[in-house]
Amino acid sequence: MIGRDEFIEIRDNGLWKQNTSLVQILGLCPLLAVTTNAVNGVMLSLATIIVMAVANLAVASLRNLIPHEIRIPVFILIVAALVTVVDLLFNAQLHELYLVLGIFIPLIVTNCIVLARVEAFANKNPPLQSVFDGVFMGVGMLWTLALLGGLRELLGGGTLFAGIDMVFPGLQPLQLLPGDYPGLLLAMLPPGAFILLGCLIAWKNWVEARAAARHSAQRSLPTPPAPLTDRV
Amino acid sequence: MSWSTPPYLLADVSVRRVMLQVLVALLPGIAAYVWLIGPAIILQLLIATLAALLGEALMLRLRRRPLLLFLTDGSAIVTAWLVALAFPPLSPWWLTVVGVLFAIVVAKHLYGGLGQNPFNPAMIAFAACIVSFPALMSQWPALGLRLSLAEQFGIIAGLAPRVDAMSGATPLDALKTALKLGDGAVDVPTLLATQEVFGNFAGRGWEWVSTGYLLGGLWLWQRKVITWQAPAAFVGGLSLLAGILWAWNPQQFANPLFHLFSGGSLLGAFFIVTDPVSGSTTFRGKLIFGFLAGAIAYVIRVFGGYPDGVAFAVLLMNLCVPLIDMYTQAPIFGMKNPK
Repeated sequence: MIGRDEFIEIRDNGLWKQNTSLVQILGLCPLLAVTTNAVNGVMLSLATIIVMAVANLAVASLRNLIPHEIRIPVFILIVAALVTVVDLLFNAQLHELYLVLGIFIPLIVTNCIVLARVEAFANKNPPLQSVFDGVFMGVGMLWTLALLGGLRELLGGGTLFAGIDMVFPGLQPLQLLPGDYPGLLLAMLPPGAFILLGCLIAWKNWVEARAAARHSAQRSLPTPPAPLTDRV
Repeated sequence: MSWSTPPYLLADVSVRRVMLQVLVALLPGIAAYVWLIGPAIILQLLIATLAALLGEALMLRLRRRPLLLFLTDGSAIVTAWLVALAFPPLSPWWLTVVGVLFAIVVAKHLYGGLGQNPFNPAMIAFAACIVSFPALMSQWPALGLRLSLAEQFGIIAGLAPRVDAMSGATPLDALKTALKLGDGAVDVPTLLATQEVFGNFAGRGWEWVSTGYLLGGLWLWQRKVITWQAPAAFVGGLSLLAGILWAWNPQQFANPLFHLFSGGSLLGAFFIVTDPVSGSTTFRGKLIFGFLAGAIAYVIRVFGGYPDGVAFAVLLMNLCVPLIDMYTQAPIFGMKNPK
């Protein structure tokens, strides 16, 4: 089973410490392409969460049977089978959204976040922990993509949750800025996603630096080294 | 200069002095601009200056840097003026403010402030705004549009409606559109001679603004604020490409003189590619940097979708500066560069 401390560690790693978008900087291609609004970001993240949870479960269960030398092809086969299921599900249930997300649902197969968690975590840990890892890594990606998508559509068009009617037919997007807002088109284009992602990473580092400074001030210890800014 | 070796030559070069001279050198161009368009550009320069100083102060405060030292060095004002001169003169005030803030906050301070920015801030502002607001950024006042001071200020402040006559095309745009619409049936010499938007040797009126920049630039060179390599190479790169295509087919391509005095060519040649921070620093490097920037600017403005290519060309070449500088490092005196 899973201990409380272990669970908390997995949760914090996924949501904050090892956040896929802000710390591991993985999966930039879907990040740039689908975060033109919050809804798309959330829905692609949900698809990724499903794939990651089940893929982690499958790989963790089979980890002792998979030959080490050919593990990557095996992982990809498992992930590809799951993605096909999710792809067909989206096509059947959320067809309009499926058309918007387009190629990025099938591309979850090659999403390095999925492969990274399968290889780095599920391949070495028991099934329950692996499922939690998949879910929380996915939720970490979800809130980042939702925040980035929300910022981009707010700057780019003054709306929030554009396209929510594709998921919940009754709901309408929020128009937060006046209708004659000209729209910062740059925010909707890939460079805008890079710039805003950079700002989010800076914000995360700032929060951590401040927390570390407060922590060391309480203990009256010398300032700890600055947190890692990025990973190459 | 504590690391230099004697004999010493006294040169009075402070950032403030250099920036002040650059501002003075912009004045002939601005004077011609006022003569052509009216006082709107003065208001734009004021808005840009104010926004730049506010943005600079904010970022200096956030970065805990000395406020007075950097606010008075004039570098923010130079950036602001270049942004204002590159933008259409009747842009709404917020467009200028957004451009200037993008230049100061993102392109300058997020990269580490004065002397650290890999890209020319004014050109970043232009690129960001023409990508974000393509319609507003191509609304140049039509020639012969005579608006009173109050009308111009009203348009910039957003109080008066933006009239149709304001959305004229730049000479470069007019030429490109006419050639595209004519589909081979029209030729450049006829267009230049007949259309109202073209003057003696380039765009009507704009040719004198460019001449103003040329005079200011030559004065900067004479004052040894800038060196000749980058501007000369920029003019050379632009003229060479324009000249080859013009010689090959004078019916479809404008002459080099037209291109030199149109758009941002001369402003770019003397005030943008000479940027000591984002440009190349070596003798041969400046030649390569300027030449390629000029050539790329020509390609973008003639074959690309944007009305002018100077900003994108300069930014592209800014990217190459570390590489250029590495390969054009002058040998240490008495040594040979390793092959």
